[in-house]
Amino acid sequence: MIEVLQTGPLNTVQDLGRFGFRNAGVTSSGAMDRLALMVGNLLVGNAEGEAALEIQTFPFRLRFERDMAVAVTGADCEARLDGRRLPPWWAMPVLSGQVLELDTPRRAARAYLCLAGGIEVEPVMGSRSTSLRGGFGGLEGRFLAANDRLPVAGAAGPAVPQGGFGVMPPETALAAHFPAPEDGTLLVRAVPAGEYALFGAEAERFWTQTWKISSHSDRTGYRLSGEPIRLASPVELRSHGVVPGVVQMPPSGEPIIQMSDANTAGGYPKMAGVIDVDLWRLGQARIGSRIRFVRSSIAEAREAERAVRAYLDDVRCTVPMLAQALAAMSRR
Amino acid sequence: MSVMQGNVLSTPAIVATATADEPKISMIGTGAYLIEAPGAFDLPTQRRIWALAHAVEDWPEVREVVPGVTNLLVILKQTPEEPEQLHLRLGHEWDCARSIDLSGKTVEIPVTYGGDNATDLAAICDYSGLSDREVVRLHWQGDYTVVALGSAPGFGYLHGLDPRIYMPRKTVPSLRMLKGTVTIGGMQTGVSVLTGPNGWNSIGFAEMQMFEPTKTPPALLAPGDRVRFRPERIEL
Repeated sequence: MIEVLQTGPLNTVQDLGRFGFRNAGVTSSGAMDRLALMVGNLLVGNAEGEAALEIQTFPFRLRFERDMAVAVTGADCEARLDGRRLPPWWAMPVLSGQVLELDTPRRAARAYLCLAGGIEVEPVMGSRSTSLRGGFGGLEGRFLAANDRLPVAGAAGPAVPQGGFGVMPPETALAAHFPAPEDGTLLVRAVPAGEYALFGAEAERFWTQTWKISSHSDRTGYRLSGEPIRLASPVELRSHGVVPGVVQMPPSGEPIIQMSDANTAGGYPKMAGVIDVDLWRLGQARIGSRIRFVRSSIAEAREAERAVRAYLDDVRCTVPMLAQALAAMSRR
Repeated sequence: MSVMQGNVLSTPAIVATATADEPKISMIGTGAYLIEAPGAFDLPTQRRIWALAHAVEDWPEVREVVPGVTNLLVILKQTPEEPEQLHLRLGHEWDCARSIDLSGKTVEIPVTYGGDNATDLAAICDYSGLSDREVVRLHWQGDYTVVALGSAPGFGYLHGLDPRIYMPRKTVPSLRMLKGTVTIGGMQTGVSVLTGPNGWNSIGFAEMQMFEPTKTPPALLAPGDRVRFRPERIEL
């Protein structure tokens, strides 16, 4: 068990999402930064999709009620274990009674706390992800509160050695495969979607201008503010399925990017779709920060996906070897 | 010109496939295709969408299919190696797709029409020129078909609304419409499944649970089901 001592609103249990029920109107949910969740799980010897805590409001404190191994990935939130500072993207063993504390990150938005064995809440429709809107999944379909206790399954992988170990964050390790931010503006790659052509020459401004992530943004979607791009006459489409990453243009002319908790259906014209492999970066973009869309292609997306897969494979292979080697050294 | 017209008349089926029958196929991001059927929102078109969904859902590269209102979203397991080829295959599958009739169950939903939850009934009367009693009667006398589920867990888009009570979605949504509100949105009707913002027009309230996460299947309605509304109470 772990016990939440202090938390803000909207911190939830998430895994990689709920699939197979979109045709019943059930959104996928799941971690906003899937890559951070997968790496955190691999570090503690879990399968990459085990349920973990997604922390997006701080400070956050919890107490471990038994010895276990944990990893903190995603946004660097100056994690402290009993007051001792931990490096970012770090896995280590913890003892029963120890307290982990996470503070507001200076950059990026969401931290992931993965526990060896994974959080063992009851799966709903095949997933442990919390659906806040639907009120199911995770811990009673709601966000965490102080005094909540969460069960943790028994660890399956090799023990994480004393002192722990870390991994190079994807932002650094994969820098060559993602466009670098320009003047603090995150570049998000996207491909044109169904109604792109309707915007004619106006569509060019979609790519050239810098958009700000407005305060009306959350796990459901990001509302962007900037110079509006409107159609000559408004178009309302028949309700159709959408996926996270779709960039819709409501009549206001300011784009909405649908994210993990998005409605399964929509009817606004679709300007573009963020390439899947860039969604984790968007999941770490903060309210008030700026983004620009960069026109991409399926071929470019596949190239980046290959790099991400190689990085994950590397972590998957290295972690058990490292754990064993460090354990052998500490025995000597 | 006259020769071409002669050809057209002799081969109407081919002309239909080549012109008026082209679906619109587009990608959303790197992992999903949207196939939108041409023509009206009617049941024959919807049945063909169901046939397409049925044909495509077992393709090895497909993770999920999501039927919408005369359209189908196909979600892939991964980014396709040859997107154009998949585009062509989907187009071909649409050409081959024949109507299937999903033999669904009939669900009767008891409704309290009017009252506190029918905040948009007056607007529908103004728009249609009908009395509130007429609007309510046309609604419960309808014979509806679930065309798709979507938007929120278990929400069914219903076809079969009498054109006299079509009502455009509101430009300013209600901020906190109750779960269970019976609504009209354009040429569709449905029962809301979550309390929250809603742009459809409310005319009544239904107690029936449309979605239970731990049940199999979790949604009460399924595409192809017939729905009848039974006026349990009318408060006008």
